[in-house]
Amino acid sequence: MSVTLTIDGRGVTVRSGTTIWEAARGAGIAIPTLCHDPGLEPVGVCRMCAVEVEGARVMAASCVRLAEPGMVVRTASEKIERCRAMLTELLMSEQPDVSAKERTTADDELHALARRYGVRPRLRRGAARPRDDSSPVIEVDHQACILCDRCIRACNDVQHNDVIGRTGKGYRARIAFDLDQGMGDSTCVSCGECVAACPTGALVNKPISAPLRPRAELAAIDTVCPYCGVGCALTYHVDEAANRVVFAEGRESPGSRGRLCVKGRYGFDYVSHPHRLTRPLIRIDYPKRALSSEVESSRRERRKPGGIVDYDEVMPAFREASWDEALDLVASRLREIRDRSGSGALAGFGSAKCSNEEAYLFQKLVRAVFGTNNVDHCTRLCHASSVAALLQMIGSGAVTTTYGDVENSDVVLITGSNTTSNHPVAATFFKDAARRGTKLIVVDPRHSGIADHAWRFCRIRSGTDVAFYNGLMRVIIEEGLTDADYIAEHTTGFEEIERAVKAYTPERVSGICGVPAALLREVAIAYGEARAAITFWGMGMSQHVHGTDNCRCIISLALMTGNVGRPGTGLHPLRGQNNVQGASDAGLIPMSYPGYQPVTSEAARARFEAAWDAKLDPQTGLTSVEIIEAARDGVVKGMYMLGENPFLSEPNVNEVRKGLAALEFLVVQDIFLTETAEFADVVLPATSALEKTGTYTNTDRRVQIGRPALAPPGEARLDWEIICEISTRMGYPMQYDSASEIFDEVVSLTDSHSGLRHDNLGATGKLYPCPNPEESDGTVVMFGDGFPTGDGRARFVAAEHSGADELPDAEYPFILVTGRVLEHWHTGVMTRRSRALSALVPEAFAEVHPEDCERLALEEDGFVRVRSRRGEVTLRVRKSVDTQPGSVFIPFHFREAAANVLTTDKLDPDGKIPEFKFCAVRLETADL
Amino acid sequence: MLRVPHVTNYLSEHFADDAFGTLAGYERYGGYKAARQAITGMAPSEVVALVKESGLQGRGGAGFLAGLKWSFMPAETDKPKYLVCNADESEPGSFKDRILLERAPHLLLEGILIGAWATGASKTFLYIRGEYAFPAAQLERAIAEAYDKGYLGKRVMRSGFSHDVVLHRGAGAYICGEETGLLESLEGKKGQPRKKPPFPAQYGAFGMPSTVNNVETFCHVPHIVAKGSDWFRAFGTEKSPGTTIFGVSGHAVRLGLYELPLGTPLEEIVYRHAGGVPEGRRVKGVIPGGVSMPILPADQLDVPMANEFLRERKTMLGTGGIMVMDDTTCMVRAACVITYFFRDESCGQCTQCREGTGWLNKIVNRIERGAGVPEDLDVLIDVAGKMEGQTICAFADAAAWPVQGLLRHFRADFEQHVHERKCPFPESFQL
Repeated sequence: MSVTLTIDGRGVTVRSGTTIWEAARGAGIAIPTLCHDPGLEPVGVCRMCAVEVEGARVMAASCVRLAEPGMVVRTASEKIERCRAMLTELLMSEQPDVSAKERTTADDELHALARRYGVRPRLRRGAARPRDDSSPVIEVDHQACILCDRCIRACNDVQHNDVIGRTGKGYRARIAFDLDQGMGDSTCVSCGECVAACPTGALVNKPISAPLRPRAELAAIDTVCPYCGVGCALTYHVDEAANRVVFAEGRESPGSRGRLCVKGRYGFDYVSHPHRLTRPLIRIDYPKRALSSEVESSRRERRKPGGIVDYDEVMPAFREASWDEALDLVASRLREIRDRSGSGALAGFGSAKCSNEEAYLFQKLVRAVFGTNNVDHCTRLCHASSVAALLQMIGSGAVTTTYGDVENSDVVLITGSNTTSNHPVAATFFKDAARRGTKLIVVDPRHSGIADHAWRFCRIRSGTDVAFYNGLMRVIIEEGLTDADYIAEHTTGFEEIERAVKAYTPERVSGICGVPAALLREVAIAYGEARAAITFWGMGMSQHVHGTDNCRCIISLALMTGNVGRPGTGLHPLRGQNNVQGASDAGLIPMSYPGYQPVTSEAARARFEAAWDAKLDPQTGLTSVEIIEAARDGVVKGMYMLGENPFLSEPNVNEVRKGLAALEFLVVQDIFLTETAEFADVVLPATSALEKTGTYTNTDRRVQIGRPALAPPGEARLDWEIICEISTRMGYPMQYDSASEIFDEVVSLTDSHSGLRHDNLGATGKLYPCPNPEESDGTVVMFGDGFPTGDGRARFVAAEHSGADELPDAEYPFILVTGRVLEHWHTGVMTRRSRALSALVPEAFAEVHPEDCERLALEEDGFVRVRSRRGEVTLRVRKSVDTQPGSVFIPFHFREAAANVLTTDKLDPDGKIPEFKFCAVRLETADL
Repeated sequence: MLRVPHVTNYLSEHFADDAFGTLAGYERYGGYKAARQAITGMAPSEVVALVKESGLQGRGGAGFLAGLKWSFMPAETDKPKYLVCNADESEPGSFKDRILLERAPHLLLEGILIGAWATGASKTFLYIRGEYAFPAAQLERAIAEAYDKGYLGKRVMRSGFSHDVVLHRGAGAYICGEETGLLESLEGKKGQPRKKPPFPAQYGAFGMPSTVNNVETFCHVPHIVAKGSDWFRAFGTEKSPGTTIFGVSGHAVRLGLYELPLGTPLEEIVYRHAGGVPEGRRVKGVIPGGVSMPILPADQLDVPMANEFLRERKTMLGTGGIMVMDDTTCMVRAACVITYFFRDESCGQCTQCREGTGWLNKIVNRIERGAGVPEDLDVLIDVAGKMEGQTICAFADAAAWPVQGLLRHFRADFEQHVHERKCPFPESFQL
């Protein structure tokens, strides 16, 4: 249906439902506005866009008034322009003398209007309105606020944080945070969406690593956020002379749609931290030992409450060296170990923080030059079990659909995922869906932020996932809610599931999981009856000794209800790192070459031996925890670690310490001197994601280009160049001119990526598979017509409830759950060197239920000693009902109280993932 | 022109009898007969047509034709339809709904019942001003009586028609008297008027088709149904039929409520009914319909109190709240009080209303303090002029009009303040 109207004397035809403002814009008529932002629901409060509609008694706000057939609109009569000038004058008369926005980014929209209308306020300013400096990242000046409500909508409708609202009425109306607290004291999560939306100087960014400067004077670099797997598109505004990012902004993309979280928007300054490594380092302090007190022993009392490594303490163990000297030393030592002890004595850890090109080259180096498949990365610690289950059952380890596809679902199962902290921007889309009435079912032992948006929250006991989902499946089968056609057409082995879940009656499951049987039934029926149900999961599912079984259950659940392969359905393990999908795709795992071609397959091996002109090891390599064990046992003697910090990320740190200390030779390539690097013989200064070109594949399978925003510090070199140098010096020449050339080689060996090139990825990347990248954004929904298994069918695999490896007992009565917080990233190497993020959450804490605190006499902000059979840490107490009684939650980012000192290194038999989400601990009061 | 039948006070005729407020007493005077007549003997469309024919104007201030408003309710809809009774009487100078709520709650309920039948509404939300504690208690009791008697609830008067009335008390914001601000507040949200379109008949309370009527408007309806539109049209003027309850406040001698036909000359109300101003003083100006309405000077009180005549004098009937000011009144100070009210009560959504009400108040305050400059008068006219006709609701207009009225007729007062750099009137009260 279209509508034809007259705007300023011109006939304009638009789709019905178009506002006058949009219709005018389409016709090239710009109607000024302050409260309107095309990305937000229009509210029509600033009245700047009011226009005359013939025959109407009053003027209409064009941003909200819909175009009607035959309407005659005037957008800029003399009367209208006089009214606009008056509005501008009214607003300008209350503005502070200097606009914080004009002073910084110089893009204050009100000031632009004041210039346009030549407004000089005749009115004198009224009583001062307050400023609010309480947020570490955002400066609030109520004096400059024009109550346009853009920040309110950005906070409530885009990010769904519901922090900003209006308080007061009339002339004293103000924006307010929560119950009119300071922004920094409110529940604000510092995503900065409000700042991005604010047209005046009311909400402006505080400087992060360089003074804020006019936008026009800065270079705008379109790239990808370096943090999580959501892979938000962003633009860094760079002061090139100072070599600093001045500020970051979300960039329109089919995935993240311009949204960012606190890490993406305010956490980029780690790259400019003075701790950046700028020259190669060679160890002079032998015998090798840990250097900083926190790394040396977890039992040693801390000297200071938290913080990053003290370079004065560790740097004396190294001397600076030239690149030639360092690279020659690395190549000769690795070659010597290989020649003396065999290829199996070498191993490499790559990184999911590095690009596809770097991941590919690194595994090529390990496989073709080291001669072993002992190559792995932190995927082992996050979704290895998910991938194992997915590969086994549906033949592909990647997501079957995107997080944005949630808009087509009517039921969403989110399980084991603290989405609002770990995938904050993906969470905004889940919250969008919940707002629209989609039923969010959240299953988790911990009440994380996303549970606030749930239709039903099932708070199961830790480690009882298999029982819960078997119970769910039993109800679905009993109620006849399975999709028999789908099962018959696309799957095998359903009888196995039917048999296995029989014993899981809702009542029995209720006893195991602690969830009422009626709730289990209700949730099962909602999922079973859904037209389209989608499942998202995180490490709450995968990081268990039964992690693969957990994932098998939710895959079976989706398959038996036909919830794969259609819009709004699917299986989506939310990937953690910015490039964990890509690193795995590129072969940075011990069992397969790029594109998941098994190393045990003759054909695959032949293909890669030919492509690489090298003899390849037919044995599957060791996984990451196994490599550390092998190092401890003296089997692995030499290691190359690129951007990984296993000392904090692997379980059971005291064992990791032994493993790292036992290595004959360790080369660490990183941007900072990490805890792991304290055990290195050679440390090579690498480049951050902000300093190089490369592609990153997000959780959706979206391959996006990262572009250099800054020059690398000192003599730091591109990671792929360093890999090439080492390879060449080990006798296997690697020669590439650019990352793009490496990408072409990856694509030539990885069928799923065929057709992709750096120059056709576009501004926002492509979802692989994308056979026609010139025309298409790529594939959203996979497996509509079968699975990449031998027979094209998915295979059901049943699982039995088995429980955690180390159950609580009288001596260790608490369950330890580890995880992350919104403001920090993994081992804290980056985020603790970010001024803003470190200010927001400066130190380690243990979240304990208030009832347990009372029983154990633990005080909020007091200290608790947490002890397991493997070690102990002391950290602050944070009381919270989010954690169940009998459990304690500790984020693992903090080196001075490393949660992984406590965790168990017991592995899932299939995914080889450690059980980070469950071990037994005891809590004691402590002084510091 | 003006027609005055024998009995003029059909709304207030029995106010003196306390029993009129009870169901039994109300029925003794023939109460609920009209509702029974409508529900059992008339099609809803007939009721709407009758009210249309009667020419009943809404008594909440805007004077919109009640029957026409009812006819906007969609006939074919699968959604429940609602009536909303606006009892958020907050306009300074207006207190006529209060007496109806206190003395004639069943007259209101009967009017609601007829309106519900006519519009097919399943429920009425009765939104009453928070400060009206006693009226709310009266209504609560009356509603309970009506339910007990089967006049509300399922199968009203044993017909197939069911209707519920829900009493909702406001929390003290003037803007919640604006019909869509009221709806927002009723839904538990901040009382901020909604953008229109959509109008309440399409998207009203809780998103359902709704009609919002003032208390007094409903109270006329049983009389119209019982006695017919010709009877009703026998009161008042041709365009403004019926009576209304005028509330007289300010410097008049006999303050109070007077039910009189629309079109009664203002001077008759002020001098004859309210007794003029005290000995030795003269009327200076009269606000004819609550503070939103522009003031009239003493020499214009011949105007008949009906919109078609008041509009010619650039003012309106509003809620019929007549505020009399004698010659001791400083019109600048009056402007201070009035603009303070609007500055405080604007919801703050629209720029010119939020900022404009603040500025009007600031400027008149400084003129009153003797700190005004000649240019201020032009700024006042400029700001007020640009507040009109551009905002989400009519609040900004209502805030601009009184300032425009005062400047139109009493500019000399303002100029004298500016010229003498002080207020020439004795300090009778503190601002």
